Amino acid sequence: MSAEVSHILPPDYHLKEVEPEHCPGPESENAGQGDACNGCANKDICESLPKGPDPDIPLITENLAQIEHKILVLSGKGGVGKSTFTSMLCWALSSDEDLQVGAMDLDICGPSLPRMLGCSGESVHESNTGWSPVYVAENLATMSIQFMLPQDDSAIIWRGSKKNALIKKFLKDVDWDALDYLIVDTPPGTSDEHISINKYMKDSGIDGALIVTTPQEVALLDVRKEIDFCRKAGIKVLGLVENMSGFVCPNCKGQSLVFKPTTGGGEQLCKELGVPFLGSVPLDPRVGRSCDEGKSFLDEYPESPASIAILNVVERLRDAVGDV
Amino acid sequence: MNVENTDPPSSLRNVKHILLILSGKGGVGKSSVTTQIALALAGLGNKVGVLDIDLTGPSIPRMFGLEGQSIFQSNEGWMPVSKYEEGTGALKVISLGFLLNNRGSSVVWRGPKKTAMIKQFIKDVVWGELDYLLIDTPPGTSDEHISIAEELRWAIPDGAIIVTTPQTVATADVRKEINFCRKVNFDILGIVENMSGFVCPHCAECTYIFSNGGGQKLSEEFEIPYLGNVPIDPTFVELIENQKSEETNLVALYRSQSLFPIFKDIISSIQGQNVPSRINR
Repeated sequence: MSAEVSHILPPDYHLKEVEPEHCPGPESENAGQGDACNGCANKDICESLPKGPDPDIPLITENLAQIEHKILVLSGKGGVGKSTFTSMLCWALSSDEDLQVGAMDLDICGPSLPRMLGCSGESVHESNTGWSPVYVAENLATMSIQFMLPQDDSAIIWRGSKKNALIKKFLKDVDWDALDYLIVDTPPGTSDEHISINKYMKDSGIDGALIVTTPQEVALLDVRKEIDFCRKAGIKVLGLVENMSGFVCPNCKGQSLVFKPTTGGGEQLCKELGVPFLGSVPLDPRVGRSCDEGKSFLDEYPESPASIAILNVVERLRDAVGDV
Repeated sequence: MNVENTDPPSSLRNVKHILLILSGKGGVGKSSVTTQIALALAGLGNKVGVLDIDLTGPSIPRMFGLEGQSIFQSNEGWMPVSKYEEGTGALKVISLGFLLNNRGSSVVWRGPKKTAMIKQFIKDVVWGELDYLLIDTPPGTSDEHISIAEELRWAIPDGAIIVTTPQTVATADVRKEINFCRKVNFDILGIVENMSGFVCPHCAECTYIFSNGGGQKLSEEFEIPYLGNVPIDPTFVELIENQKSEETNLVALYRSQSLFPIFKDIISSIQGQNVPSRINR
């Protein structure tokens, strides 16, 4: 049986009015009991929703028990290459036949991983052990909401609570089996998806986060916020990689900085915040093309300076999680 | 049960046009396009307001060189930060960035808090008279988008400008955003393809770093006007980054940028659609 989005909606409830300003959140532990709840028309509904320690967390922990390393790929900023880097990391790790790798796509409104891994047409199947992830290669499994959409370009117009329910499903009910690495690709920002993944996976143990940035200050500004979030949430920052740094003109071989690091770029930010700098990856137009076609850039163009830089970052990341 | 209020928010009473800048994908240049449309419009003598509803990653204060400024509370509501006033032109900005003490602090908010904030941004800001209100949004189709659609339900916005970059990976997400607009009845004014080629400063050869033509293809497929393509121009980033203080007259400086004519064209094709003013409708 093929799993469909409509099957995974959260416990259905309808609020009578929009949540008030200081709403603790209908699904929080204080739902219905906060100061803002007095007088709110939703009080009864919120109070009646299930509360207390989440009974699903032990189930998640059990489902993820056979996964050695869990890495989040984060960035406050969108479009800096989180999914690109996640796919590269997966291609690089899975090129070692002895490693089992999983890639989970938490970007629910804009899932990109299936396309980059060349499996966007697949769908997820349900078995008695749970949902089977889509296998890109024998040792590379992946899961994304894209596999459940009726049409490729269906919009997922979901508020946070619904997204949280899906994330829980991905952790609890997907048959990941034994993995050496689970790489979690995330959407930009510091909101529901980020709070939830940390909450749900805390007990399973997250190795840490790989932060992706581009060199401009407008991107670094949001990345600072993401690192601040990691600190607040107790997620270890394994390191930062600077993507799209520098471009070599294919015509004249002249170097130029497409996204100028006016404030010193990723490396300077790392110094400032005491975060390990894992390296910078230059722009190569073929990276985007390979991602669009769902092919491994690393296999297609192993001689590209971008490939070499990516593999170096992957090595440093493996060192950072203690995998030698 | 409340009787549904179908009046547009009174804070928007004297706003002639409301434009949303949307994209399913992050990092395609929504804020950069918003900034440039605002600078170009103000430079052409319009009164422009910019509302930044990207709450967890507000870029607008940095874009206008207004980091560190704050919003003042008056009797009537929140006063936007003013960037420019000259002749008939004016430029005012509201962003969550102005409410943070430290530029590195994260705003870790779940949906309901974001919803409440956006509601306040729509209802409590004293915009005064504006020719254009530009609303810059975060990527995706989630809380912020649902909330702004709800808040603007009776406000008759002109519609949305969709920003994309040329790659398939980006246009795939943008398709979702177009479907979102159709679901919530936002008219789509057109598509802008950003980062469409990079001109090598050494040899003037144009390389399509992120491929090209994706925006044009989308516009044909969905029968949406194509507003134009904007190349990567590092001098615009320099202009933004080299602002000495909030006193910099960005509007005047922008007029001599090579991107200005492109945005002037984008604006004329939006204005050419003759969407009537919201006032007196």
